Amino acid sequence: MVQFSQLRFDTSFAALSDATRRGVLEQLGHEDASITDLAQKFHMTLTGMKKHVGVLEQVGLVTTEKVGRVRTCRLGLRRLEEEAAWIEGYRQLWDARFSELDKVVEELKRKEKVDGRKKRE
Amino acid sequence: MDARRESEPAPAKNRTTVERKSERELVVTRTFNGPARIVFEAWSKPELLKRWWTPKSYEISFISCEADVRTGGMYRFVFGHATSEQPLEFYGRYIEATPHARLVWTNDEGGEGGAVTTVTFEERGAETLVVMHDLYPSKEALDAAIASGSTSGIGESFEQLDEVLAGARQ
Repeated sequence: MVQFSQLRFDTSFAALSDATRRGVLEQLGHEDASITDLAQKFHMTLTGMKKHVGVLEQVGLVTTEKVGRVRTCRLGLRRLEEEAAWIEGYRQLWDARFSELDKVVEELKRKEKVDGRKKRE
Repeated sequence: MDARRESEPAPAKNRTTVERKSERELVVTRTFNGPARIVFEAWSKPELLKRWWTPKSYEISFISCEADVRTGGMYRFVFGHATSEQPLEFYGRYIEATPHARLVWTNDEGGEGGAVTTVTFEERGAETLVVMHDLYPSKEALDAAIASGSTSGIGESFEQLDEVLAGARQ
Protein backbone atom coordinates (compact mmCIF):
# COMPACT_ATOMS: atom_id res chain seq x y z
CA MET A 1 0.00 0.00 0.00
CA VAL A 2 2.85 2.31 0.86
CA GLN A 3 4.99 1.26 -2.08
CA PHE A 4 3.13 2.94 -4.89
CA SER A 5 2.95 6.39 -3.34
CA GLN A 6 6.49 6.07 -2.07
CA LEU A 7 7.70 5.18 -5.54
CA ARG A 8 5.86 8.15 -6.97
CA PHE A 9 7.26 10.41 -4.28
CA ASP A 10 10.79 9.23 -5.04
CA THR A 11 10.48 9.72 -8.79
CA SER A 12 9.02 13.18 -8.21
CA PHE A 13 12.07 14.01 -6.18
CA ALA A 14 14.37 12.65 -8.87
CA ALA A 15 12.55 14.78 -11.39
CA LEU A 16 13.17 17.84 -9.24
CA SER A 17 16.82 17.06 -8.56
CA ASP A 18 17.90 18.75 -11.78
CA ALA A 19 18.38 22.54 -11.89
CA THR A 20 17.12 22.86 -15.46
CA ARG A 21 13.94 20.96 -14.64
CA ARG A 22 13.32 23.15 -11.61
CA GLY A 23 13.87 26.17 -13.86
CA VAL A 24 11.38 24.79 -16.38
CA LEU A 25 8.76 24.39 -13.65
CA GLU A 26 9.36 27.92 -12.46
CA GLN A 27 9.07 29.21 -16.02
CA LEU A 28 5.82 27.29 -16.60
CA GLY A 29 4.55 28.76 -13.35
CA HIS A 30 4.56 32.15 -15.09
CA GLU A 31 3.16 31.02 -18.41
CA ASP A 32 2.74 28.02 -20.67
CA ALA A 33 5.55 27.55 -23.16
CA SER A 34 6.49 25.44 -26.15
CA ILE A 35 9.46 23.08 -26.11
CA THR A 36 11.18 25.46 -28.52
CA ASP A 37 10.63 28.44 -26.17
CA LEU A 38 12.02 26.46 -23.26
CA ALA A 39 15.03 25.18 -25.23
CA GLN A 40 15.93 28.75 -26.18
CA LYS A 41 15.40 30.07 -22.69
CA PHE A 42 17.69 27.45 -21.18
CA HIS A 43 20.20 27.45 -24.05
CA MET A 44 19.63 23.83 -24.87
CA THR A 45 18.99 21.68 -27.91
CA LEU A 46 15.43 20.73 -28.67
CA THR A 47 16.25 17.08 -27.98
CA GLY A 48 17.75 17.90 -24.59
CA MET A 49 14.73 19.92 -23.56
CA LYS A 50 12.37 17.21 -24.78
CA LYS A 51 14.10 14.78 -22.43
CA HIS A 52 13.72 17.09 -19.43
CA VAL A 53 10.08 17.78 -20.19
CA GLY A 54 9.56 14.03 -20.64
CA VAL A 55 10.85 13.37 -17.12
CA LEU A 56 8.58 16.04 -15.66
CA GLU A 57 5.66 14.75 -17.64
CA GLN A 58 6.17 11.21 -16.43
CA VAL A 59 5.66 12.19 -12.81
CA GLY A 60 2.71 14.44 -13.57
CA LEU A 61 4.46 17.73 -12.85
CA VAL A 62 4.03 18.89 -16.42
CA THR A 63 1.48 18.13 -19.10
CA THR A 64 2.02 18.73 -22.79
CA GLU A 65 -0.28 19.13 -25.72
CA LYS A 66 0.65 19.14 -29.37
CA VAL A 67 -1.26 21.53 -31.58
CA GLY A 68 -0.09 21.45 -35.17
CA ARG A 69 3.70 21.35 -34.98
CA VAL A 70 3.98 23.05 -31.61
CA ARG A 71 4.05 21.13 -28.33
CA THR A 72 2.85 23.35 -25.50
CA CYS A 73 3.91 22.59 -21.93
CA ARG A 74 2.03 23.59 -18.80
CA LEU A 75 2.19 22.79 -15.13
CA GLY A 76 0.60 19.44 -14.31
CA LEU A 77 0.44 19.98 -10.56
CA ARG A 78 -3.24 20.60 -10.64
CA ARG A 79 -3.96 17.02 -11.57
CA LEU A 80 -2.01 15.73 -8.60
CA GLU A 81 -3.78 18.14 -6.31
CA GLU A 82 -7.13 17.05 -7.66
CA GLU A 83 -6.32 13.43 -7.09
CA ALA A 84 -5.17 14.16 -3.55
CA ALA A 85 -8.35 16.15 -2.90
CA TRP A 86 -10.55 13.40 -4.28
CA ILE A 87 -8.81 10.76 -2.19
CA GLU A 88 -9.23 12.91 0.92
CA GLY A 89 -12.93 13.40 0.12
CA TYR A 90 -13.32 9.67 -0.37
CA ARG A 91 -11.52 9.03 2.91
CA GLN A 92 -13.82 11.43 4.73
CA LEU A 93 -16.89 9.68 3.34
CA TRP A 94 -15.69 6.29 4.54
CA ASP A 95 -14.49 7.71 7.84
CA ALA A 96 -17.99 9.12 8.44
CA ARG A 97 -19.54 5.78 7.53
CA PHE A 98 -17.17 3.89 9.78
CA SER A 99 -17.93 6.16 12.74
CA GLU A 100 -21.55 5.10 12.39
CA LEU A 101 -20.47 1.49 11.91
CA ASP A 102 -18.54 1.71 15.21
CA LYS A 103 -21.87 2.39 16.93
CA VAL A 104 -23.53 -0.61 15.27
CA VAL A 105 -20.60 -2.84 16.28
CA GLU A 106 -20.77 -1.62 19.89
CA GLU A 107 -24.49 -2.30 19.99
CA LEU A 108 -24.13 -5.79 18.55
CA LYS A 109 -21.36 -6.56 21.05
CA ARG A 110 -23.58 -5.47 23.95
CA LYS A 111 -26.46 -7.48 22.58
CA GLU A 112 -24.28 -10.57 22.23
CA LYS A 113 -23.14 -10.22 25.82
CA VAL A 114 -26.68 -9.94 27.12
CA ASP A 115 -27.83 -12.87 24.99
CA GLY A 116 -24.85 -14.93 26.16
CA ARG A 117 -25.71 -14.19 29.76
CA LYS A 118 -29.32 -15.15 29.19
CA LYS A 119 -28.26 -18.45 27.64
CA ARG A 120 -26.06 -19.30 30.62
CA GLU A 121 -28.81 -18.53 33.11
CA MET B 1 -17.90 -4.90 36.40
CA ASP B 2 -15.20 -2.38 37.30
CA ALA B 3 -12.49 -4.89 36.54
CA ARG B 4 -13.97 -5.44 33.13
CA ARG B 5 -14.10 -1.77 32.41
CA GLU B 6 -10.43 -1.50 33.26
CA SER B 7 -9.48 -4.23 30.83
CA GLU B 8 -11.53 -2.58 28.09
CA PRO B 9 -10.66 1.10 28.10
CA ALA B 10 -12.82 3.40 26.00
CA PRO B 11 -11.34 2.93 22.55
CA ALA B 12 -9.89 5.90 20.73
CA LYS B 13 -11.41 6.47 17.32
CA ASN B 14 -9.63 4.31 14.77
CA ARG B 15 -8.07 5.82 11.70
CA THR B 16 -9.42 5.36 8.19
CA THR B 17 -6.76 5.31 5.49
CA VAL B 18 -7.18 5.51 1.72
CA GLU B 19 -4.44 4.81 -0.74
CA ARG B 20 -4.30 4.61 -4.51
CA LYS B 21 -2.30 1.42 -4.45
CA SER B 22 -1.71 1.24 -8.19
CA GLU B 23 -3.06 2.67 -11.40
CA ARG B 24 -6.19 0.51 -11.08
CA GLU B 25 -6.56 0.03 -7.34
CA LEU B 26 -7.88 1.96 -4.39
CA VAL B 27 -7.57 0.58 -0.86
CA VAL B 28 -9.41 1.67 2.29
CA THR B 29 -8.42 0.29 5.69
CA ARG B 30 -9.97 0.60 9.12
CA THR B 31 -9.83 -1.33 12.38
CA PHE B 32 -13.00 -2.00 14.40
CA ASN B 33 -13.22 -2.83 18.06
CA GLY B 34 -15.09 -6.08 17.76
CA PRO B 35 -14.82 -9.63 16.47
CA ALA B 36 -14.97 -10.35 12.73
CA ARG B 37 -18.36 -12.10 12.98
CA ILE B 38 -19.95 -8.94 14.36
CA VAL B 39 -18.31 -6.55 11.91
CA PHE B 40 -19.23 -8.90 9.06
CA GLU B 41 -22.81 -9.03 10.29
CA ALA B 42 -23.02 -5.23 10.04
CA TRP B 43 -21.92 -5.44 6.38
CA SER B 44 -24.25 -8.25 5.45
CA LYS B 45 -27.66 -7.50 6.92
CA PRO B 46 -29.61 -4.75 5.09
CA GLU B 47 -31.22 -3.48 8.30
CA LEU B 48 -27.74 -2.96 9.78
CA LEU B 49 -26.12 -1.64 6.58
CA LYS B 50 -28.82 1.02 6.44
CA ARG B 51 -27.73 2.37 9.79
CA TRP B 52 -24.19 3.31 8.79
CA TRP B 53 -23.91 3.54 5.00
CA THR B 54 -25.46 7.03 4.79
CA PRO B 55 -23.72 9.22 7.37
CA LYS B 56 -25.89 12.04 8.64
CA SER B 57 -23.41 14.76 7.72
CA TYR B 58 -23.80 13.82 4.04
CA GLU B 59 -27.55 14.47 4.07
CA ILE B 60 -28.34 11.36 2.11
CA SER B 61 -30.74 8.68 3.20
CA PHE B 62 -31.84 5.28 2.03
CA ILE B 63 -35.01 5.04 0.01
CA SER B 64 -34.49 1.33 -0.16
CA CYS B 65 -31.74 -1.11 0.71
CA GLU B 66 -31.78 -4.60 -0.73
CA ALA B 67 -28.78 -6.86 -0.18
CA ASP B 68 -28.88 -10.60 -0.62
CA VAL B 69 -25.44 -11.25 0.81
CA ARG B 70 -24.77 -14.70 -0.59
CA THR B 71 -22.46 -15.74 -3.42
CA GLY B 72 -24.42 -14.83 -6.55
CA GLY B 73 -26.87 -12.62 -4.63
CA MET B 74 -27.80 -9.14 -5.82
CA TYR B 75 -27.84 -5.78 -4.08
CA ARG B 76 -29.54 -2.51 -4.89
CA PHE B 77 -29.15 0.65 -2.82
CA VAL B 78 -31.37 3.63 -3.60
CA PHE B 79 -30.57 6.95 -1.94
CA GLY B 80 -32.44 10.19 -1.72
CA HIS B 81 -31.16 13.66 -1.00
CA ALA B 82 -32.98 16.80 0.12
CA THR B 83 -31.84 18.89 -2.84
CA SER B 84 -32.49 16.41 -5.61
CA GLU B 85 -35.60 14.87 -7.05
CA GLN B 86 -33.65 12.13 -8.76
CA PRO B 87 -32.76 9.22 -6.51
CA LEU B 88 -29.32 7.66 -6.75
CA GLU B 89 -29.09 3.99 -7.50
CA PHE B 90 -26.20 1.61 -6.93
CA TYR B 91 -26.41 -2.04 -7.74
CA GLY B 92 -24.45 -5.16 -8.51
CA ARG B 93 -23.86 -8.76 -7.57
CA TYR B 94 -21.99 -10.51 -4.79
CA ILE B 95 -19.36 -12.64 -6.51
CA GLU B 96 -18.30 -14.09 -3.19
CA ALA B 97 -19.68 -14.01 0.34
CA THR B 98 -17.62 -16.00 2.82
CA PRO B 99 -19.09 -15.46 6.30
CA HIS B 100 -16.90 -13.49 8.71
CA ALA B 101 -14.04 -13.30 6.22
CA ARG B 102 -14.64 -11.93 2.74
CA LEU B 103 -17.11 -10.12 0.51
CA VAL B 104 -16.62 -9.46 -3.19
CA TRP B 105 -19.12 -7.50 -5.24
CA THR B 106 -19.46 -5.82 -8.61
CA ASN B 107 -20.51 -2.19 -9.12
CA ASP B 108 -22.70 -2.25 -12.18
CA GLU B 109 -24.53 1.10 -12.18
CA GLY B 110 -21.71 2.77 -14.12
CA GLY B 111 -21.56 0.15 -16.86
CA GLU B 112 -18.19 -1.11 -18.07
CA GLY B 113 -16.05 1.17 -15.94
CA GLY B 114 -17.27 -0.17 -12.61
CA ALA B 115 -14.85 -1.49 -10.02
CA VAL B 116 -14.91 -4.87 -8.34
CA THR B 117 -14.87 -4.39 -4.58
CA THR B 118 -13.28 -6.90 -2.22
CA VAL B 119 -13.68 -6.49 1.51
CA THR B 120 -11.71 -8.70 3.89
CA PHE B 121 -12.34 -9.05 7.63
CA GLU B 122 -9.26 -10.08 9.56
CA GLU B 123 -9.64 -10.71 13.29
CA ARG B 124 -6.70 -9.55 15.41
CA GLY B 125 -7.34 -10.26 19.07
CA ALA B 126 -10.45 -8.33 20.06
CA GLU B 127 -10.26 -6.19 16.92
CA THR B 128 -11.00 -6.68 13.26
CA LEU B 129 -9.03 -5.14 10.42
CA VAL B 130 -11.23 -4.34 7.45
CA VAL B 131 -9.52 -3.84 4.10
CA MET B 132 -11.68 -2.65 1.24
CA HIS B 133 -10.10 -2.96 -2.16
CA ASP B 134 -11.56 -1.44 -5.34
CA LEU B 135 -10.12 -2.85 -8.54
CA TYR B 136 -11.01 -0.82 -11.64
CA PRO B 137 -10.94 -2.38 -15.11
CA SER B 138 -8.31 0.11 -16.29
CA LYS B 139 -6.23 3.07 -15.21
CA GLU B 140 -8.56 5.24 -17.31
CA ALA B 141 -11.62 4.05 -15.38
CA LEU B 142 -10.14 5.01 -12.02
CA ASP B 143 -8.77 8.28 -13.42
CA ALA B 144 -12.24 9.04 -14.74
CA ALA B 145 -13.85 8.29 -11.38
CA ILE B 146 -11.38 10.65 -9.72
CA ALA B 147 -11.66 13.35 -12.38
CA SER B 148 -15.45 13.38 -12.27
CA GLY B 149 -15.42 13.81 -8.52
CA SER B 150 -12.70 16.39 -8.26
CA THR B 151 -13.32 18.96 -10.95
CA SER B 152 -16.03 20.74 -9.01
CA GLY B 153 -14.90 20.25 -5.43
CA ILE B 154 -16.33 17.71 -3.06
CA GLY B 155 -19.47 17.69 -1.03
CA GLU B 156 -20.86 21.08 -1.98
CA SER B 157 -23.80 19.99 -4.01
CA PHE B 158 -25.76 16.92 -4.75
CA GLU B 159 -24.16 16.46 -8.17
CA GLN B 160 -20.76 16.43 -6.58
CA LEU B 161 -21.83 14.01 -3.92
CA ASP B 162 -23.24 11.85 -6.67
CA GLU B 163 -19.80 11.69 -8.24
CA VAL B 164 -18.13 10.95 -4.96
CA LEU B 165 -20.49 8.11 -4.29
CA ALA B 166 -20.23 6.82 -7.84
CA GLY B 167 -16.49 6.77 -7.47
CA ALA B 168 -16.71 5.51 -3.95
CA ARG B 169 -18.66 2.52 -5.12
CA GLN B 170 -18.28 0.67 -1.94
